[in-house]
Amino acid sequence: MKLQKATQFALLAVLELARDPARQLSVSDIADKYGISANHLAKVLRDLGRAGLVEAVRGARGGYRFSGNAKRTSLYDVIDLFGDSVKGEADIPAPAGDTDMGRALGQVLAEVDEIAVATLKSISLATLLKSLVWQPRAAPREPISR
Amino acid sequence: MDAVAAIDAAITAHPKPEYWQRAFRRYATRQGRYFLVAESAGTVRGFILGEERAWEFGSPPCGWIFAIGVDPSHREGGLGSRLFDAITTRMRAAGMTTVRTMLARDDALNMAFFRSQGMRGGSFIELEMPLAPPGDDTR
Repeated sequence: MKLQKATQFALLAVLELARDPARQLSVSDIADKYGISANHLAKVLRDLGRAGLVEAVRGARGGYRFSGNAKRTSLYDVIDLFGDSVKGEADIPAPAGDTDMGRALGQVLAEVDEIAVATLKSISLATLLKSLVWQPRAAPREPISR
Repeated sequence: MDAVAAIDAAITAHPKPEYWQRAFRRYATRQGRYFLVAESAGTVRGFILGEERAWEFGSPPCGWIFAIGVDPSHREGGLGSRLFDAITTRMRAAGMTTVRTMLARDDALNMAFFRSQGMRGGSFIELEMPLAPPGDDTR
């Protein structure tokens, strides 16, 4: 599965903010930490704000804060916001998809899709954050300070 | 046992008291099998079933969780986590190093619960196919 950049940025940003809901981070705080485009991330954060997952904090040191429900929001919910279709991408288009071979291949690909969707729906932001302590730490990056 | 059967009926909408009587005899009375309940104010509000199994599907000994249920009116109070901790503590003490379960793909509630406990996709994949009735040669 390959997610679009916007979806990847949304997942990283919303998880980074949900890690400490009381903390406020600027676009560049998050962009610098993950080495991603600040311009692109700014647009993604506005979309996340419209969905109620983050809220903009105004002021000279303005930024964003997590405002969603980390236990009730799944990875799939975030992916779905950005129109990244995990399910159905694998369909074999017509006319090949209307043949017996196309249908048989489509069934296999649909099986893969269903497992991916079930997995993404079952992992909440809170569970993903909890899993950080279950896995070996990657090489540390510069911490965000504010 | 009536309380466990009632919790299951409230969750699944399929009352099956005889199944629960058999499950109690099978899991609560033998070594390596677990039938634990969680009480709140002296009333049973949750249950978990499991057992230790060895070499099925080529797997070294491991723990299996077959069922878990928490009274819907007592959810989000940590009872499910306490049941999970209780059964895995017993399995660990018995030498198990892995615990497994199997879920319907659309069982989002339980899948999210087990994920929140640290479980993830394992090294086995479940396969199945419908079996045609005898005399039907379509398969």
